[in-house]
Amino acid sequence: MQIFTCPFCGPRDESEFHFGGEAGNTRPDGADVPAERWARYLYMRANPKGATSEVWVHMTCGEFFIMERDSVGHKVAASHPLGGAEKSE
Amino acid sequence: MTRRYSAFSLFKEGLAGQTGWEPAWRSPSPRKSYDAIIIGGGGHGLATAYYLAKTHGVTNVAVLEKGWIGGGNTGRNTTVVRSNYYYPESVALYGLAHRLYEGLGQDLNYNVMLSQRGMISLCHSAIEMEIAARTVNAMQISGIDAELYSVDDVRRVAPIYNFSAQARYPVFGGVWQGRAGTARHDAVAWGYARAASGLGVDIIQNCEVTDFIIADGRCRGVVTTRGEMRAERIGMAVAGHSSVLAAKAGFHLPINSYALQACVSEPVKPILDTVVLSPGTGVYVSQSDKGEMVIGGALDRIPSYGQRGNLPTLEGVISGLLEMFPAFGQLKLMRQWAGIVDVVPDSSPIIGESPLPGLFLNCGWGTGGFKAIPAGGTLLAHLLATGKHNDISRPFDLDRFVTGRLIDEAAGSGIAH
Repeated sequence: MQIFTCPFCGPRDESEFHFGGEAGNTRPDGADVPAERWARYLYMRANPKGATSEVWVHMTCGEFFIMERDSVGHKVAASHPLGGAEKSE
Repeated sequence: MTRRYSAFSLFKEGLAGQTGWEPAWRSPSPRKSYDAIIIGGGGHGLATAYYLAKTHGVTNVAVLEKGWIGGGNTGRNTTVVRSNYYYPESVALYGLAHRLYEGLGQDLNYNVMLSQRGMISLCHSAIEMEIAARTVNAMQISGIDAELYSVDDVRRVAPIYNFSAQARYPVFGGVWQGRAGTARHDAVAWGYARAASGLGVDIIQNCEVTDFIIADGRCRGVVTTRGEMRAERIGMAVAGHSSVLAAKAGFHLPINSYALQACVSEPVKPILDTVVLSPGTGVYVSQSDKGEMVIGGALDRIPSYGQRGNLPTLEGVISGLLEMFPAFGQLKLMRQWAGIVDVVPDSSPIIGESPLPGLFLNCGWGTGGFKAIPAGGTLLAHLLATGKHNDISRPFDLDRFVTGRLIDEAAGSGIAH
Protein backbone atom coordinates (compact mmCIF):
# COMPACT_ATOMS: atom_id res chain seq x y z
CA MET A 1 0.00 0.00 0.00
CA GLN A 2 1.41 3.35 -1.02
CA ILE A 3 0.72 6.40 1.11
CA PHE A 4 -0.51 9.57 -0.62
CA THR A 5 -0.83 12.89 1.15
CA CYS A 6 -4.11 14.77 1.01
CA PRO A 7 -3.38 18.50 1.56
CA PHE A 8 -6.38 18.61 3.88
CA CYS A 9 -6.26 15.25 5.73
CA GLY A 10 -2.57 14.31 5.67
CA PRO A 11 -1.07 10.91 4.75
CA ARG A 12 -3.64 8.23 3.79
CA ASP A 13 -3.76 4.88 1.95
CA GLU A 14 -3.65 5.07 -1.86
CA SER A 15 -6.98 3.21 -2.07
CA GLU A 16 -8.73 6.31 -0.66
CA PHE A 17 -7.71 8.35 -3.72
CA HIS A 18 -8.98 8.53 -7.27
CA PHE A 19 -7.14 9.85 -10.34
CA GLY A 20 -8.93 12.85 -11.83
CA GLY A 21 -6.88 13.73 -14.90
CA GLU A 22 -3.89 15.80 -15.92
CA ALA A 23 -3.47 19.20 -14.26
CA GLY A 24 -3.86 22.30 -16.42
CA ASN A 25 -6.43 20.81 -18.82
CA THR A 26 -8.85 23.74 -18.95
CA ARG A 27 -12.33 23.54 -20.41
CA PRO A 28 -12.77 25.60 -23.58
CA ASP A 29 -15.19 28.46 -23.24
CA GLY A 30 -17.64 30.01 -25.68
CA ALA A 31 -20.22 28.97 -28.25
CA ASP A 32 -17.94 28.54 -31.28
CA VAL A 33 -15.36 26.07 -29.96
CA PRO A 34 -14.30 23.80 -32.86
CA ALA A 35 -14.65 20.02 -32.59
CA GLU A 36 -10.85 19.59 -32.64
CA ARG A 37 -10.54 21.75 -29.52
CA TRP A 38 -13.25 19.78 -27.72
CA ALA A 39 -11.47 16.54 -28.68
CA ARG A 40 -8.23 17.92 -27.24
CA TYR A 41 -9.92 18.86 -23.99
CA LEU A 42 -11.97 15.68 -23.62
CA TYR A 43 -9.59 13.00 -24.86
CA MET A 44 -6.04 14.01 -25.81
CA ARG A 45 -3.46 13.51 -23.07
CA ALA A 46 0.27 14.10 -22.60
CA ASN A 47 0.42 10.89 -20.52
CA PRO A 48 4.03 11.64 -19.55
CA LYS A 49 6.59 9.04 -18.54
CA GLY A 50 8.41 10.51 -15.55
CA ALA A 51 7.42 13.71 -13.73
CA THR A 52 3.66 14.35 -13.78
CA SER A 53 1.29 16.92 -12.38
CA GLU A 54 -2.19 15.48 -11.85
CA VAL A 55 -5.55 16.25 -10.31
CA TRP A 56 -6.57 13.69 -7.68
CA VAL A 57 -9.58 13.45 -5.43
CA HIS A 58 -9.42 12.20 -1.86
CA MET A 59 -12.68 10.29 -1.87
CA THR A 60 -13.14 10.22 1.88
CA CYS A 61 -13.09 14.02 2.26
CA GLY A 62 -14.16 14.86 -1.29
CA GLU A 63 -11.43 17.40 -1.95
CA PHE A 64 -9.71 17.76 -5.29
CA PHE A 65 -6.01 18.64 -5.24
CA ILE A 66 -2.82 18.57 -7.31
CA MET A 67 -0.29 15.80 -6.85
CA GLU A 68 3.18 15.97 -8.37
CA ARG A 69 4.65 12.50 -8.76
CA ASP A 70 6.80 10.24 -10.90
CA SER A 71 4.84 7.90 -13.17
CA VAL A 72 7.66 5.31 -13.29
CA GLY A 73 8.89 5.06 -9.69
CA HIS A 74 5.62 6.39 -8.18
CA LYS A 75 7.53 8.68 -5.79
CA VAL A 76 5.34 11.62 -4.76
CA ALA A 77 7.12 14.98 -4.86
CA ALA A 78 4.37 17.23 -3.52
CA SER A 79 0.64 17.64 -3.12
CA HIS A 80 -1.12 20.96 -2.84
CA PRO A 81 -4.65 22.37 -2.98
CA LEU A 82 -6.02 23.48 -6.34
CA GLY A 83 -4.86 27.06 -6.71
CA GLY A 84 -3.46 27.03 -3.20
CA ALA A 85 -0.05 27.10 -1.52
CA GLU A 86 2.24 24.11 -2.00
CA LYS A 87 2.53 21.56 0.78
CA SER A 88 5.56 19.31 0.48
CA GLU A 89 5.63 15.73 1.74
CA MET B 1 20.33 -26.73 -42.46
CA THR B 2 16.80 -27.51 -41.36
CA ARG B 3 14.33 -24.68 -41.85
CA ARG B 4 10.89 -26.19 -41.88
CA TYR B 5 9.44 -27.69 -38.72
CA SER B 6 7.67 -31.03 -39.21
CA ALA B 7 7.54 -34.51 -37.69
CA PHE B 8 9.95 -35.59 -40.42
CA SER B 9 12.48 -32.80 -39.71
CA LEU B 10 12.30 -33.60 -35.99
CA PHE B 11 13.01 -37.26 -36.75
CA LYS B 12 15.83 -36.38 -39.16
CA GLU B 13 17.47 -34.00 -36.68
CA GLY B 14 17.05 -36.59 -33.95
CA LEU B 15 19.12 -39.01 -36.01
CA ALA B 16 21.67 -36.25 -36.80
CA GLY B 17 22.13 -35.29 -33.13
CA GLN B 18 20.11 -32.00 -33.42
CA THR B 19 23.03 -30.29 -35.18
CA GLY B 20 21.24 -28.97 -38.26
CA TRP B 21 18.70 -26.52 -36.77
CA GLU B 22 19.22 -22.94 -37.81
CA PRO B 23 18.36 -19.99 -35.57
CA ALA B 24 14.63 -19.17 -35.73
CA TRP B 25 15.35 -15.64 -36.97
CA ARG B 26 18.37 -13.73 -38.25
CA SER B 27 19.94 -10.87 -36.28
CA PRO B 28 21.22 -8.55 -39.03
CA SER B 29 22.89 -5.17 -38.59
CA PRO B 30 20.54 -2.28 -39.31
CA ARG B 31 20.65 -0.74 -42.79
CA LYS B 32 20.44 3.01 -43.57
CA SER B 33 17.07 2.81 -45.26
CA TYR B 34 14.04 0.54 -45.63
CA ASP B 35 10.75 0.59 -47.51
CA ALA B 36 8.98 0.43 -44.15
CA ILE B 37 10.04 0.54 -40.52
CA ILE B 38 7.97 -0.88 -37.69
CA ILE B 39 8.65 0.35 -34.17
CA GLY B 40 7.95 -2.29 -31.54
CA GLY B 41 8.88 -5.97 -31.69
CA GLY B 42 5.88 -7.32 -29.83
CA GLY B 43 3.17 -9.45 -31.35
CA HIS B 44 1.52 -6.57 -33.26
CA GLY B 45 4.81 -5.25 -34.70
CA LEU B 46 6.09 -8.66 -35.74
CA ALA B 47 2.72 -9.62 -37.22
CA THR B 48 2.71 -6.35 -39.17
CA ALA B 49 6.11 -7.20 -40.66
CA TYR B 50 4.98 -10.72 -41.52
CA TYR B 51 1.79 -9.62 -43.33
CA LEU B 52 3.66 -6.78 -45.10
CA ALA B 53 6.02 -9.38 -46.54
CA LYS B 54 3.53 -12.16 -47.12
CA THR B 55 0.38 -10.33 -48.24
CA HIS B 56 1.86 -7.21 -49.82
CA GLY B 57 5.28 -8.45 -50.96
CA VAL B 58 7.08 -5.63 -49.11
CA THR B 59 10.14 -7.39 -47.67
CA ASN B 60 12.61 -4.51 -47.26
CA VAL B 61 11.29 -3.98 -43.75
CA ALA B 62 12.84 -3.50 -40.31
CA VAL B 63 11.24 -4.23 -36.94
CA LEU B 64 12.94 -2.17 -34.22
CA GLU B 65 12.65 -3.42 -30.64
CA LYS B 66 14.16 -1.53 -27.71
CA GLY B 67 14.50 -4.69 -25.60
CA TRP B 68 13.97 -8.25 -26.75
CA ILE B 69 11.10 -9.35 -28.98
CA GLY B 70 7.94 -10.32 -27.14
CA GLY B 71 9.36 -8.92 -23.88
CA GLY B 72 6.66 -6.31 -23.35
CA ASN B 73 2.94 -6.97 -23.09
CA THR B 74 3.13 -9.94 -25.50
CA GLY B 75 5.13 -11.82 -22.87
CA ARG B 76 3.13 -10.46 -19.94
CA ASN B 77 -0.50 -11.10 -20.84
CA THR B 78 -2.72 -13.98 -19.75
CA THR B 79 -2.88 -15.54 -23.26
CA VAL B 80 -6.67 -15.53 -23.70
CA VAL B 81 -7.97 -15.51 -27.29
CA ARG B 82 -11.66 -14.58 -27.76
CA SER B 83 -13.96 -12.40 -29.86
CA ASN B 84 -17.00 -11.86 -27.64
CA TYR B 85 -17.57 -8.18 -28.40
CA TYR B 86 -20.77 -6.25 -28.92
CA TYR B 87 -20.55 -3.68 -31.73
CA PRO B 88 -20.36 -4.83 -35.39
CA GLU B 89 -17.10 -2.86 -35.89
CA SER B 90 -15.49 -4.72 -33.00
CA VAL B 91 -16.85 -8.07 -34.13
CA ALA B 92 -15.31 -7.54 -37.59
CA LEU B 93 -11.97 -6.66 -36.00
CA TYR B 94 -11.71 -9.32 -33.29
CA GLY B 95 -13.47 -11.89 -35.48
CA LEU B 96 -10.72 -11.45 -38.09
CA ALA B 97 -8.08 -11.96 -35.39
CA HIS B 98 -9.85 -15.03 -34.03
CA ARG B 99 -10.12 -16.66 -37.48
CA LEU B 100 -6.47 -15.95 -38.24
CA TYR B 101 -5.46 -17.44 -34.87
CA GLU B 102 -7.27 -20.65 -35.82
CA GLY B 103 -4.98 -21.14 -38.80
CA LEU B 104 -1.89 -19.47 -37.38
CA GLY B 105 0.09 -22.58 -36.46
CA GLN B 106 -0.13 -23.88 -40.04
CA ASP B 107 0.34 -20.43 -41.58
CA LEU B 108 3.54 -19.72 -39.64
CA ASN B 109 4.77 -23.34 -39.51
CA TYR B 110 5.12 -22.71 -35.78
CA ASN B 111 3.00 -24.26 -33.05
CA VAL B 112 1.30 -21.40 -31.21
CA MET B 113 -0.44 -24.00 -29.02
CA LEU B 114 -3.91 -22.58 -29.60
CA SER B 115 -6.25 -24.42 -27.23
CA GLN B 116 -9.92 -23.65 -27.93
CA ARG B 117 -11.14 -24.73 -24.55
CA GLY B 118 -13.99 -22.22 -24.38
CA MET B 119 -14.63 -19.27 -22.12
CA ILE B 120 -17.51 -18.57 -19.76
CA SER B 121 -18.31 -14.99 -18.73
CA LEU B 122 -20.51 -15.39 -15.67
CA CYS B 123 -23.72 -13.61 -14.67
CA HIS B 124 -24.38 -13.01 -11.00
CA SER B 125 -28.03 -11.84 -11.12
CA ALA B 126 -31.23 -12.23 -13.12
CA ILE B 127 -30.72 -8.75 -14.57
CA GLU B 128 -27.23 -9.64 -15.79
CA MET B 129 -28.77 -12.67 -17.51
CA GLU B 130 -31.00 -10.33 -19.53
CA ILE B 131 -27.98 -8.27 -20.56
CA ALA B 132 -26.17 -11.51 -21.41
CA ALA B 133 -29.06 -12.60 -23.64
CA ARG B 134 -28.77 -9.28 -25.48
CA THR B 135 -25.00 -9.73 -25.85
CA VAL B 136 -25.41 -13.28 -27.15
CA ASN B 137 -28.04 -12.16 -29.65
CA ALA B 138 -25.81 -9.33 -30.88
CA MET B 139 -22.87 -11.68 -31.30
CA GLN B 140 -24.93 -14.31 -33.13
CA ILE B 141 -26.39 -11.70 -35.50
CA SER B 142 -22.82 -10.59 -36.25
CA GLY B 143 -21.85 -14.18 -37.02
CA ILE B 144 -19.74 -14.83 -33.91
CA ASP B 145 -20.35 -17.99 -31.92
CA ALA B 146 -21.94 -17.42 -28.53
CA GLU B 147 -24.37 -19.32 -26.33
CA LEU B 148 -26.40 -18.31 -23.31
CA TYR B 149 -25.55 -20.80 -20.56
CA SER B 150 -27.80 -21.71 -17.65
CA VAL B 151 -26.41 -22.34 -14.19
CA ASP B 152 -26.47 -26.09 -14.94
CA ASP B 153 -24.39 -25.50 -18.07
CA VAL B 154 -21.88 -23.52 -15.99
CA ARG B 155 -21.74 -26.36 -13.45
CA ARG B 156 -20.87 -28.72 -16.29
CA VAL B 157 -17.93 -26.64 -17.64
CA ALA B 158 -16.61 -25.29 -14.31
CA PRO B 159 -17.67 -27.73 -11.57
CA ILE B 160 -15.13 -26.44 -9.04
CA TYR B 161 -16.63 -22.92 -9.05
CA ASN B 162 -18.17 -21.73 -5.77
CA PHE B 163 -21.86 -22.66 -6.22
CA SER B 164 -22.60 -22.59 -2.48
CA ALA B 165 -25.71 -20.82 -1.17
CA GLN B 166 -23.46 -18.40 0.75
CA ALA B 167 -21.48 -17.33 -2.35
CA ARG B 168 -20.99 -13.56 -2.48
CA TYR B 169 -21.44 -13.67 -6.27
CA PRO B 170 -23.93 -16.47 -7.01
CA VAL B 171 -24.02 -17.85 -10.56
CA PHE B 172 -27.18 -17.42 -12.63
CA GLY B 173 -25.61 -18.50 -15.93
CA GLY B 174 -23.27 -16.87 -18.38
CA VAL B 175 -22.11 -16.17 -21.93
CA TRP B 176 -20.22 -19.09 -23.43
CA GLN B 177 -17.88 -18.77 -26.39
CA GLY B 178 -16.73 -22.24 -27.37
CA ARG B 179 -14.08 -21.10 -29.86
CA ALA B 180 -12.35 -18.95 -27.24
CA GLY B 181 -9.33 -20.29 -25.46
CA THR B 182 -5.65 -19.68 -24.93
CA ALA B 183 -2.50 -19.59 -27.07
CA ARG B 184 1.15 -19.69 -26.09
CA HIS B 185 2.09 -16.00 -26.01
CA ASP B 186 5.85 -16.38 -26.58
CA ALA B 187 5.19 -18.74 -29.48
CA VAL B 188 3.02 -16.11 -31.18
CA ALA B 189 5.88 -13.58 -31.05
CA TRP B 190 8.54 -16.11 -31.99
CA GLY B 191 6.42 -17.67 -34.76
CA TYR B 192 5.75 -14.31 -36.41
CA ALA B 193 9.42 -13.32 -35.98
CA ARG B 194 10.66 -16.54 -37.56
CA ALA B 195 8.20 -16.36 -40.46
CA ALA B 196 8.89 -12.66 -41.10
CA SER B 197 12.65 -13.16 -40.93
CA GLY B 198 12.32 -16.05 -43.38
CA LEU B 199 10.65 -13.67 -45.84
CA GLY B 200 13.51 -11.15 -45.55
CA VAL B 201 12.42 -8.84 -42.72
CA ASP B 202 15.22 -7.49 -40.48
CA ILE B 203 14.43 -7.95 -36.79
CA ILE B 204 16.67 -5.60 -34.83
CA GLN B 205 16.64 -5.98 -31.05
CA ASN B 206 18.17 -3.68 -28.41
CA CYS B 207 17.43 -0.77 -30.73
CA GLU B 208 15.41 2.03 -29.13
CA VAL B 209 13.84 4.80 -31.19
CA THR B 210 14.87 8.10 -29.60
CA ASP B 211 13.47 10.54 -32.17
CA PHE B 212 11.79 10.93 -35.54
CA ILE B 213 13.31 12.43 -38.68
CA ILE B 214 10.76 14.95 -39.90
CA ALA B 215 11.14 16.87 -43.18
CA ASP B 216 8.55 18.86 -45.17
CA GLY B 217 5.89 17.93 -42.60
CA ARG B 218 6.34 14.20 -43.15
CA CYS B 219 7.95 11.47 -41.09
CA ARG B 220 11.00 10.33 -43.07
CA GLY B 221 12.78 8.06 -40.63
CA VAL B 222 13.86 7.39 -37.08
CA VAL B 223 16.86 8.12 -34.89
CA THR B 224 17.76 5.07 -32.82
CA THR B 225 20.37 3.94 -30.34
CA ARG B 226 21.90 2.05 -33.29
CA GLY B 227 21.92 4.95 -35.74
CA GLU B 228 19.54 6.70 -38.13
CA MET B 229 17.26 4.75 -40.45
CA ARG B 230 15.07 6.17 -43.19
CA ALA B 231 11.74 4.99 -44.56
CA GLU B 232 8.77 6.70 -46.20
CA ARG B 233 6.30 4.63 -44.18
CA ILE B 234 6.73 4.03 -40.48
CA GLY B 235 4.39 2.12 -38.20
CA MET B 236 4.39 2.09 -34.43
CA ALA B 237 2.98 -0.70 -32.26
CA VAL B 238 4.33 0.11 -28.82
CA ALA B 239 1.26 -0.25 -26.58
CA GLY B 240 1.71 1.53 -23.23
CA HIS B 241 4.57 3.65 -24.56
CA SER B 242 2.60 5.11 -27.50
CA SER B 243 2.26 8.52 -25.80
CA VAL B 244 6.04 8.71 -25.29
CA LEU B 245 6.70 8.27 -29.03
CA ALA B 246 3.77 10.50 -29.95
CA ALA B 247 5.33 13.31 -27.89
CA LYS B 248 8.55 12.96 -29.92
CA ALA B 249 6.48 13.15 -33.12
CA GLY B 250 4.69 16.25 -31.84
CA PHE B 251 1.14 15.12 -31.09
CA HIS B 252 -0.97 13.78 -28.24
CA LEU B 253 -3.05 10.59 -28.13
CA PRO B 254 -6.26 9.84 -26.19
CA ILE B 255 -4.35 7.37 -24.03
CA ASN B 256 -3.61 6.92 -20.35
CA SER B 257 -1.02 4.29 -19.45
CA TYR B 258 -1.76 1.98 -16.54
CA ALA B 259 -0.15 -1.12 -15.07
CA LEU B 260 -2.12 -4.32 -15.55
CA GLN B 261 -1.07 -7.12 -13.26
CA ALA B 262 -1.18 -10.86 -13.68
CA CYS B 263 0.10 -13.76 -11.63
CA VAL B 264 0.44 -17.53 -11.77
CA SER B 265 0.15 -20.20 -9.10
CA GLU B 266 2.36 -23.22 -8.68
CA PRO B 267 1.53 -25.93 -11.26
CA VAL B 268 -1.03 -28.55 -10.29
CA LYS B 269 -2.77 -31.42 -12.09
CA PRO B 270 -5.61 -30.51 -14.50
CA ILE B 271 -8.54 -29.06 -12.57
CA LEU B 272 -9.92 -26.27 -14.79
CA ASP B 273 -10.24 -26.88 -18.54
CA THR B 274 -11.86 -23.61 -19.59
CA VAL B 275 -11.43 -19.85 -19.11
CA VAL B 276 -13.67 -18.42 -16.37
CA LEU B 277 -14.42 -14.70 -16.02
CA SER B 278 -16.46 -13.29 -13.16
CA PRO B 279 -17.57 -9.67 -13.68
CA GLY B 280 -18.52 -9.58 -9.98
CA THR B 281 -15.01 -10.15 -8.72
CA GLY B 282 -13.37 -8.68 -11.83
CA VAL B 283 -11.15 -11.76 -12.01
CA TYR B 284 -10.55 -14.32 -14.73
CA VAL B 285 -8.50 -17.49 -14.61
CA SER B 286 -7.39 -20.36 -16.80
CA GLN B 287 -4.99 -23.26 -16.29
CA SER B 288 -1.87 -23.28 -18.42
CA ASP B 289 -0.61 -26.40 -20.16
CA LYS B 290 2.07 -26.56 -17.45
CA GLY B 291 -0.67 -26.66 -14.80
CA GLU B 292 -0.30 -23.17 -13.37
CA MET B 293 -3.40 -21.10 -12.69
CA VAL B 294 -3.02 -17.97 -14.81
CA ILE B 295 -4.84 -15.16 -13.01
CA GLY B 296 -5.76 -11.70 -14.19
CA GLY B 297 -7.94 -8.90 -12.95
CA ALA B 298 -8.59 -5.20 -13.16
CA LEU B 299 -6.18 -2.38 -13.91
CA ASP B 300 -4.20 -0.67 -11.20
CA ARG B 301 -5.96 2.63 -10.50
CA ILE B 302 -2.84 4.80 -10.69
CA PRO B 303 -1.49 5.94 -14.09
CA SER B 304 1.89 4.27 -14.38
CA TYR B 305 4.85 3.27 -16.53
CA GLY B 306 6.25 1.04 -13.74
CA GLN B 307 6.03 -2.63 -14.78
CA ARG B 308 5.33 -3.84 -11.25
CA GLY B 309 1.81 -3.13 -10.08
CA ASN B 310 0.70 -2.15 -6.59
CA LEU B 311 -0.43 -4.45 -3.78
CA PRO B 312 -4.04 -3.28 -3.21
CA THR B 313 -5.03 -4.40 -6.72
CA LEU B 314 -3.26 -7.74 -6.34
CA GLU B 315 -5.00 -8.29 -3.01
CA GLY B 316 -8.36 -7.57 -4.64
CA VAL B 317 -7.65 -10.02 -7.46
CA ILE B 318 -6.56 -12.81 -5.14
CA SER B 319 -9.51 -12.37 -2.77
CA GLY B 320 -11.82 -12.40 -5.82
CA LEU B 321 -10.18 -15.60 -7.05
CA LEU B 322 -10.68 -17.31 -3.69
CA GLU B 323 -14.33 -16.25 -3.66
CA MET B 324 -14.72 -17.90 -7.10
CA PHE B 325 -12.64 -21.00 -6.33
CA PRO B 326 -12.23 -21.56 -2.56
CA ALA B 327 -10.13 -24.68 -3.31
CA PHE B 328 -7.41 -22.45 -4.78
CA GLY B 329 -6.68 -21.18 -1.25
CA GLN B 330 -4.29 -24.11 -0.98
CA LEU B 331 -2.18 -22.90 -3.92
CA LYS B 332 0.98 -20.85 -3.62
CA LEU B 333 1.61 -17.95 -5.97
CA MET B 334 4.71 -18.47 -8.09
CA ARG B 335 5.09 -15.16 -9.92
CA GLN B 336 3.46 -11.75 -10.21
CA TRP B 337 4.22 -9.07 -12.80
CA ALA B 338 2.66 -6.17 -14.71
CA GLY B 339 2.58 -4.77 -18.22
CA ILE B 340 1.91 -1.17 -19.20
CA VAL B 341 -1.33 -0.96 -21.15
CA ASP B 342 -2.64 1.89 -23.32
CA VAL B 343 -6.15 2.68 -22.13
CA VAL B 344 -8.43 4.65 -24.47
CA PRO B 345 -11.71 6.31 -23.35
CA ASP B 346 -13.90 4.05 -25.52
CA SER B 347 -11.88 0.87 -24.87
CA SER B 348 -11.30 0.35 -28.59
CA PRO B 349 -7.98 0.43 -30.44
CA ILE B 350 -6.56 3.23 -32.58
CA ILE B 351 -5.50 2.15 -36.07
CA GLY B 352 -4.67 4.66 -38.79
CA GLU B 353 -2.33 7.41 -39.94
CA SER B 354 -1.13 9.68 -37.17
CA PRO B 355 -1.29 13.50 -37.24
CA LEU B 356 2.29 13.28 -38.58
CA PRO B 357 1.94 12.04 -42.20
CA GLY B 358 3.97 8.93 -42.91
CA LEU B 359 3.68 7.68 -39.34
CA PHE B 360 0.95 5.07 -38.75
CA LEU B 361 -0.58 3.98 -35.43
CA ASN B 362 -1.52 0.62 -34.00
CA CYS B 363 -2.25 1.23 -30.31
CA GLY B 364 -4.93 1.65 -27.70
CA TRP B 365 -5.64 -2.07 -27.27
CA GLY B 366 -5.66 -1.55 -23.51
CA THR B 367 -5.90 -4.83 -21.65
CA GLY B 368 -6.91 -6.81 -24.74
CA GLY B 369 -4.11 -6.64 -27.28
CA PHE B 370 -2.95 -10.25 -27.36
CA LYS B 371 -6.16 -11.68 -28.79
CA ALA B 372 -6.03 -9.08 -31.59
CA ILE B 373 -2.43 -9.59 -32.77
CA PRO B 374 -3.19 -11.18 -36.17
CA ALA B 375 -5.76 -8.46 -36.97
CA GLY B 376 -3.59 -5.60 -35.70
CA GLY B 377 -0.77 -6.88 -37.89
CA THR B 378 -2.97 -7.36 -40.94
CA LEU B 379 -4.47 -3.88 -40.70
CA LEU B 380 -1.26 -1.96 -39.97
CA ALA B 381 0.42 -3.85 -42.82
CA HIS B 382 -2.43 -2.79 -45.13
CA LEU B 383 -1.98 0.85 -44.06
CA LEU B 384 1.79 0.74 -44.54
CA ALA B 385 1.55 -0.96 -47.93
CA THR B 386 -1.30 1.08 -49.42
CA GLY B 387 -1.41 4.25 -47.30
CA LYS B 388 -5.16 3.65 -47.01
CA HIS B 389 -7.57 2.13 -44.53
CA ASN B 390 -8.99 -1.33 -44.83
CA ASP B 391 -12.80 -1.38 -44.27
CA ILE B 392 -12.22 -3.11 -40.95
CA SER B 393 -9.73 -0.53 -39.66
CA ARG B 394 -11.58 2.60 -40.87
CA PRO B 395 -13.92 2.94 -37.83
CA PHE B 396 -10.91 2.76 -35.50
CA ASP B 397 -9.14 5.83 -36.93
CA LEU B 398 -8.00 8.55 -34.54
CA ASP B 399 -10.57 10.90 -36.13
CA ARG B 400 -13.38 9.25 -34.15
CA PHE B 401 -12.41 11.38 -31.15
CA VAL B 402 -13.19 14.53 -33.16
CA THR B 403 -16.31 13.25 -34.92
CA GLY B 404 -17.63 11.68 -31.71
CA ARG B 405 -18.24 8.33 -33.41
CA LEU B 406 -16.78 6.30 -30.53
CA ILE B 407 -16.98 2.51 -30.31
CA ASP B 408 -17.62 2.15 -26.61
CA GLU B 409 -16.94 -1.49 -25.79
CA ALA B 410 -16.77 -0.75 -22.06
CA ALA B 411 -20.48 -0.07 -22.32
CA GLY B 412 -21.12 -2.57 -25.14
CA SER B 413 -19.53 -5.75 -23.84
CA GLY B 414 -18.65 -4.76 -20.30
CA ILE B 415 -14.92 -5.16 -20.75
CA ALA B 416 -12.71 -3.57 -18.16
CA HIS B 417 -10.14 -1.83 -20.34
